[in-house]
Amino acid sequence: MLSVTDLTKTYPSTEGPVDVLRAVSLAVNGGESVALTGESGSGKSTLLHLIGGLDRPDSGEIRLMGQEISALGDAARARLRRDRVGLVFQQFNLVPSLTVAQNIALQARLAGRVDTRWIADLTERLGLAGLGARYPEQLSGGQQQRVAIGRTLANRPALILADEPTGNLDEETGDAVLSLMLGLAQTTGAALIMATHSQRLAQRFSRRIHVRRGRLEAA
Amino acid sequence: MPAFLTLLSHWRRHPGQLATLILGLALATALWSGVQAINEEARQSYARAAATLGANGYERLEAPGGGPVRREDYIALRRAGWLVSPVIRGRMDIGGESWRVMGVEPLTAPPDTLPRTNERGEVDPSAFLTGAGQAFVADGTEIDPDRRISLEFIPHPDVAPGLILTDIAVAERMLGQSDPTFLILLPDQPAGLPDLASVTDLVRVQAESGEDLSRLTDSFHLNLTAFGFLSFAVGLFIVHATIGLAFEQRRPVFRTLRAIGLPLSRLITALVVEVTLIALLAGAIGVMLGYLVAAALLPDVAGTLRSLYGAEIAGALAFRPLWAGVGLGIALVGAWLSAAQALWKVARMPLLAAAQPRAWAMASARSMRGQAVAGAALLAVSLATAVFGTGLVMGFLCLGALLLGAALLLPGALSLALRGIAARLHGPLAEWVIADTRQQLPGLSLALMALLLALAANIGVSTMVGSFRLTFLGWLDQRLVSELYVTAADNDEAAEIRAFLAPMTDATLPIAQTETRVEGRPVSVYGIVDHATYRDHWPLLETIPDVWERLSQGAVVLVNEQMARGKGLSLGDPVRLAPDLSLPVGGVYSDYGNPTGQAIVSLDLLERHFAPIDQSRTAVRIDPEQRQTVIAAIEAAFDLPEGAVVDQESVKRASIRVFEQTFRVTGALNILTLGVAGFALLASLMTLSTMRLPQVAPLWALGETRARLARIEVVKTLALVVLTWGVALPVGLALAWVLLAVVNVEAFGWRLPMQVFPRDWLWLLSLSMFSSTLAAGYPALGLLRTPPSQLLKVFSNER
Repeated sequence: MLSVTDLTKTYPSTEGPVDVLRAVSLAVNGGESVALTGESGSGKSTLLHLIGGLDRPDSGEIRLMGQEISALGDAARARLRRDRVGLVFQQFNLVPSLTVAQNIALQARLAGRVDTRWIADLTERLGLAGLGARYPEQLSGGQQQRVAIGRTLANRPALILADEPTGNLDEETGDAVLSLMLGLAQTTGAALIMATHSQRLAQRFSRRIHVRRGRLEAA
Repeated sequence: MPAFLTLLSHWRRHPGQLATLILGLALATALWSGVQAINEEARQSYARAAATLGANGYERLEAPGGGPVRREDYIALRRAGWLVSPVIRGRMDIGGESWRVMGVEPLTAPPDTLPRTNERGEVDPSAFLTGAGQAFVADGTEIDPDRRISLEFIPHPDVAPGLILTDIAVAERMLGQSDPTFLILLPDQPAGLPDLASVTDLVRVQAESGEDLSRLTDSFHLNLTAFGFLSFAVGLFIVHATIGLAFEQRRPVFRTLRAIGLPLSRLITALVVEVTLIALLAGAIGVMLGYLVAAALLPDVAGTLRSLYGAEIAGALAFRPLWAGVGLGIALVGAWLSAAQALWKVARMPLLAAAQPRAWAMASARSMRGQAVAGAALLAVSLATAVFGTGLVMGFLCLGALLLGAALLLPGALSLALRGIAARLHGPLAEWVIADTRQQLPGLSLALMALLLALAANIGVSTMVGSFRLTFLGWLDQRLVSELYVTAADNDEAAEIRAFLAPMTDATLPIAQTETRVEGRPVSVYGIVDHATYRDHWPLLETIPDVWERLSQGAVVLVNEQMARGKGLSLGDPVRLAPDLSLPVGGVYSDYGNPTGQAIVSLDLLERHFAPIDQSRTAVRIDPEQRQTVIAAIEAAFDLPEGAVVDQESVKRASIRVFEQTFRVTGALNILTLGVAGFALLASLMTLSTMRLPQVAPLWALGETRARLARIEVVKTLALVVLTWGVALPVGLALAWVLLAVVNVEAFGWRLPMQVFPRDWLWLLSLSMFSSTLAAGYPALGLLRTPPSQLLKVFSNER
């Protein structure tokens, strides 16, 4: 479903260019869960951003469901994210002026694929039933991250990219959030790639990849 | 649509911010469109005056020295075959208002001088000529005829405001005149007529045009427009600040929307639509408010234009789609301009930058330096135009560059001042206060710039009006020396009154006057006798030696400042007052409030060269204690109408009333602009207060009470306001100088000495501090009431 070939990315810095990714190649099948581990600055987030079409690689190729995405323009990459990719961030990135229910439905509505029964089911399974009318600021961190996961899955994406989604949560809440993500990804048949510092959480994924200085190593 | 609704949801959660934005834009639009409504109403009145019914649109014949046309001349012209029609024109008071009366002779006058009232589209002669008679007035005119006039007043859309158009016989009765003021020269004359000069010595005068009036009043309207624009600019500061803040607050939302698949082009389109909708709503409110502002100010403007220029403006405001549309347009353009920078930032915003709310408008030191350089350049432009420029446009360019330059320099100046204060303060809290104020400065700078503009405009305009007032009052004391002024029915009665008064007064001075034209422009010529009243008091600006002796000898003429400036006359330059009278300028006198040229010659000279002249008025010098006794004696001896005898105080009161009316409009706009600036400060403080917790909470955690922190917030704002006032003071004085030395000279034709009023400045400072305390007090109260749990969230991840 996803194939990454010889991906490189360099960022400028005051001390000269930094090679964040060096000829990275990766293939992920549908329904597979992949944990990316590694130190801060190793390139995990950059890899997720490139796969999600948030940024462009310097060289290499990214194919998602057969479509080469690195050459796409801004609007086409935006459509791709909207229709096929789900992103979960460490900072939740909810829209503070929308209610919980509106936040969950947001991406599905943007894509024009609102399945109210599925969203209701999802809300129930995320433990957010009864909180639909609340605003994000009225929720705890764990609840906010569950809303963000709900927003991602409401659209039934083919690929879920999660960047340290439990980084701001305590261990217990983090575990619960991860269980939800893994379970729901399995339910929808989506592939899940998650960046994490936690080896303990990484153990729960079907595949673990260690990122070191811009290169991938099997963990 | 979901993206658009998501953007709109921000306003639902921040209704105060939306209200600020709408109110700011509405206020800006209101002041601008209000002024435009007034200008448009005036322009329509001028256009109506140009195209109106009546005799102004025709070439005419006038007596060479001014005054009425002799009946013999009229008869001679008709006998010679010339098609002419007599017209009587004058002014009269009805119901306390001054009206222009024009009487035409319906049988000989051109058809379009009178309205068409019957089914064939003509005046009904029987109704117009017989019975009590008819008079036409402008549509919507309410006239309150006193018992001396029994006329049927018919409103008509083609009659100019302030004009009573009637039959010549009716006008004769109303004005007490028997001879025509002028003769209309009909456009189509029969062939083979004798030469006009062989029949009469009457002078041919070109048709009057509304354009003359329009040109004359242009400067006044430009003044109003400048004020409207200043208010609009102040309002735009609010809009710019509010839009900028709203965009900055939503920056993480924009990133999220883009991350979950909203293309940038659609995001920008949605934001433009959002700004447009808000601008349309605010613009509509602004146009409605503008209509109210214009309706409230129009009577004063009409009074000013009438007293200054003799221009008649309808006192009631008509709703005109044109200015309403322009008002909406200006609101749209203003909102787009204000949003342009924020939209540009969104368009260039990197998708992957850390999604944290950046403190709004945290302008970098580099942008502050850039602003300061631009400000300094504008001040240089202002200085250059003040020194080298001429004309009204240059005057306004000078003003604009001065105000904008000072506004751009303000943040840098405040930052420097705070740095200077910091060097003199010790103690951790004081250091924090200064550091925090400097950090807050970029967020408040737009509001403080708006305040600077409003304060400088206030100081500038009040200095100008104050200077004008003092000079005007002094000038009135000089010009209105005589204790009494008596107006008789005609010259003969005036001579009788003077003879009657001679034994009981120190002097009776005839006020002899006639109208003439110098280089095609109307000039009033006065003749005076040689008397100490003039020698000791007349307000001469420039003079030759022994001017009064030479004037009494008929060797020189005195001209008013307007005439000297308008015609570029200096001492010694010859002025041709009549075909056989040319005199050198012996002196120039100030003549505030008079739009036209005026000249003074000896009475003897006036009587010899101009005939007939009006000598119906007399100035009477008496012991002030005897004033009432003399008034009673005149009233007992002569059958004079009410108001024929007025004392000096009444004339002064009337003059001061005209003066106050002239500046009431600018005063009102001044206050409104200051109000808008105060609102800008409140809006900025309110919106910033939502972002202040992270700065304040650590101090609270370190042991400062919320009450003390709230007090510090208020004091910081007051300190910034005082510093802004300190910058506004020199800017306002410079503004006053430009208004007095450049703009007024071009607009009104006279120059005034500048005087300063420190007490007014302190009053303005107190007013600013009071309004700022209110503006800063509300957010401070919010801080005081912030529960500890809210403050604690600053230290957690739950914010």
